[in-house]
Amino acid sequence: MSEHIVPKRVYFLVCGVLLVLTFTTYGVARMDLGRWNVVVALAIAFFKAALVALFFMHVRYSPRRTQLVVVAGIFWLGIMMLLTLSDYLTRGWVDPRA
Amino acid sequence: MAESRSALAGHFQDLEQQREASSLGMWIFLVTEIMFFGGLFLAYTVNRATHPVAFAEASRHLDVALGATNTAVLICSSLTMALAVYASQLGQRKALIGFLITTMALGSVFLIIKGIEYADKFRHHLVPGRAFAFSGPQAKPAELFFSLYFAMTGLHALHMIIGVGVLFLLLVHAWRARYSPEYHTPVEVSGLYWHFVDIVWIFLFPLLYLIDIHR
Amino acid sequence: MNAPAPVARISHPNYLNVSYGVRSWLLTTDHKRIGLLYLVSITLFFFLGGAFAVLIRLNLLTPQGDLVQAETYNKLFTMHGVIMIFFFLIPSIPAVLGNFLIPLMIGAKDLAFPRLNLASWYIFNLGGIFTLYAVTSGGVDTGWTFYTPYSSLYSNTHVVPTVVGIFITGFSSILTGLNFIVTIHTMRAPGMTWFRLPIFVWSHYATSLIFILGTPVIAITLALVGVERIFHLGIFNPALGGDPLLFQHLFWFYSHPAVYIMVLPAMGVTTELIATFARKNLFGYSFVAAASLGMAVIGFLVWGHHMFVAGQSVYAAMIFSILSYLVAIPSAVKVFNWMATLYRGSVSWDTPMLYGLGFIGLFVIGGLTGLFLAALGLNVHVHDTYFVIAHFHYIMVGGAVMGYLGGLHYWWPKISGRLYSEPLARFSAIVLFVGFNLTFFPQFILGYLGMPRRYHAYPPEFQVLNVLSTAGASILGIGYLLPMIYLIWSMRYGPVAGANPWPATGLEWQTPSPPPPQNFQTTPEVTWEPYDFAGRKDLKLPSPGLAELRPAAED
Repeated sequence: MSEHIVPKRVYFLVCGVLLVLTFTTYGVARMDLGRWNVVVALAIAFFKAALVALFFMHVRYSPRRTQLVVVAGIFWLGIMMLLTLSDYLTRGWVDPRA
Repeated sequence: MAESRSALAGHFQDLEQQREASSLGMWIFLVTEIMFFGGLFLAYTVNRATHPVAFAEASRHLDVALGATNTAVLICSSLTMALAVYASQLGQRKALIGFLITTMALGSVFLIIKGIEYADKFRHHLVPGRAFAFSGPQAKPAELFFSLYFAMTGLHALHMIIGVGVLFLLLVHAWRARYSPEYHTPVEVSGLYWHFVDIVWIFLFPLLYLIDIHR
Repeated sequence: MNAPAPVARISHPNYLNVSYGVRSWLLTTDHKRIGLLYLVSITLFFFLGGAFAVLIRLNLLTPQGDLVQAETYNKLFTMHGVIMIFFFLIPSIPAVLGNFLIPLMIGAKDLAFPRLNLASWYIFNLGGIFTLYAVTSGGVDTGWTFYTPYSSLYSNTHVVPTVVGIFITGFSSILTGLNFIVTIHTMRAPGMTWFRLPIFVWSHYATSLIFILGTPVIAITLALVGVERIFHLGIFNPALGGDPLLFQHLFWFYSHPAVYIMVLPAMGVTTELIATFARKNLFGYSFVAAASLGMAVIGFLVWGHHMFVAGQSVYAAMIFSILSYLVAIPSAVKVFNWMATLYRGSVSWDTPMLYGLGFIGLFVIGGLTGLFLAALGLNVHVHDTYFVIAHFHYIMVGGAVMGYLGGLHYWWPKISGRLYSEPLARFSAIVLFVGFNLTFFPQFILGYLGMPRRYHAYPPEFQVLNVLSTAGASILGIGYLLPMIYLIWSMRYGPVAGANPWPATGLEWQTPSPPPPQNFQTTPEVTWEPYDFAGRKDLKLPSPGLAELRPAAED
């Protein structure tokens, strides 16, 4: 068998961290950070997702190929968002009076 | 072992190739799910950037306590799912069955809470369409928020329902002692699916429930 | 080559004769049979889509558009597009030839998930049924592009069943792509390393990446259109704060890479044809493989070039324009490699080669005109004209369909165990080539002169070119009908082909024609490099003078 068996305590630890981070997300959202609120919220969410992927989904212990598949998927979503936003965010740059 | 040999499908060389194929297959499926949900996340991003005030106002009608509870419920269900996979890796049939049942129960709790939230929206005329009623100048973009809210959480809930169904199938097979340390691939790949659905919610919660709640 | 025998029977156990009856076909998990099931389905859709094309071209014989009313015309071009793209072109080569050949080419017994393969055929047909329902109960008039808010609000036609049909069929694509990727990664025979794979396999791997990463996006987008229509949402409705351009971004994110789904497999086929009928090692194998992946990746970065005049930011437009020029580079690399392969090869003019050469010529024209369209200034002039229509038909029909037919002819002996009539097939290929150019070349001129697309009528000065185009279409139709006739005829009356009639170097030619159900008697072990015509002493190359040419081929 080629698979890695993750010790149970790792799972419990990760679960604990995830719950703490959920509480943190809520706490930070109660504070007024202006435009940084959404940045912090997303950063925490990405970190939580990474924990789930790396430990619960065993990506940390998976072959390179699996890790590449995960990265590619996230990267592609990134492309779709980035290039679409490149339209929306630059529309205001053109002065209609020019 | 006779049990593992019967689990090998004829076109594969050996169980290891079969396991590798199943795992890669599920990961690729999850990539399609990233792009599937991704379209909705993009629609959300564009609309929130265009109507920040309306989105914040509309978001305040969501129950943060219920949303947070659901987040915790799903995180715990991911724990029990991981423990179920662990049990299957070690051939612990009773533990596997127990953890599968617990995961299904937690998933069902999530769906019940979601149902309560939806019923509340329905009562307050916040379901987009003919019956939508929102006071103030932000009514139209607020309806956009709720369209996306229902589309995203609805699609997520659909995936949860399917997930619970898949777990039920696993439960039946686990009961019949079909899984062993040599062959437990279906539990493993179902776990991947379950965790993915959890990850989607991890993003949905802050984006839908926590917009400008400090105001 | 085998001397033609009188109606010979093929008696060795093969995937066709191992079992008979409808159930053995409808419940098969054999990838070869599933490929043929797809062949039947997509051929039916091809003729339906073609029927709409006939009506379009007939209507355009006169400037006033006397055949149908404007509203009906809108339905004709919509359904022509929807059926041809989603139910013919996108599945064609992958679902028929890819399914049939990939396990054979890599030395596997089947794809990784045979039952999923069968399910994907059923899903394909289920989606088709929804769309057929829409077609037969009054049609759709939004254009295959479903632009909002017309499709999501104002159109009074059967939008919802159509988008549901496309949504369902999309899963057929996704499952096929998933199956191919997993199969190619995990089920290659011993010795079949990545760089020994035929380019056909590389092309399908690249295509499968697009299936996986793109199709889900159009699925969710069309689902949103349907939901918006039913529940009167406003995500794409400007009057309710929504954005029609959001729809276009989401739509084209898939639909541009979709054109690479249509052309990459055809390029894979063409590579096989050129190498085999030039009897020469493919020039620059690793560049061709890399170019396939490059097209799949860069193809995802250019979608905004469909939206230059839609209201997109000019800065985003510039980025998309530059990237669109970039995506032409891997295509060009492939063309150069094919030319270099032909150079000093021992070229024979068999039918598959005619299709392969036709592909190269017509793809170059179609591709270059794509560069005209990628230029921002020129795009403003020719957008939504017949120039665009000619451009994409050169690639989709002149390219993809010719690749499909070339592949069908090339692997027909393997699929059926029989040879078709070569003189008739060559004649048919030439008829098709002539008909195609007569149909679509005038459209470049029409578009440049200003004839808009999707209009049922046009100014009288355009009539001559339109009549030429319609005349060409009738010749093109003959070119499509003839293969159907002689290929089916050959299944019973054609001479027995043998394992390797051309001969060619791939693994699929090392097993009998038609192949046994499990593909190979024993798992092959691969020790040779691909397209190694010079080194493969076991192949009986046809012309006796080849021995003198071989030293030149080894330059």
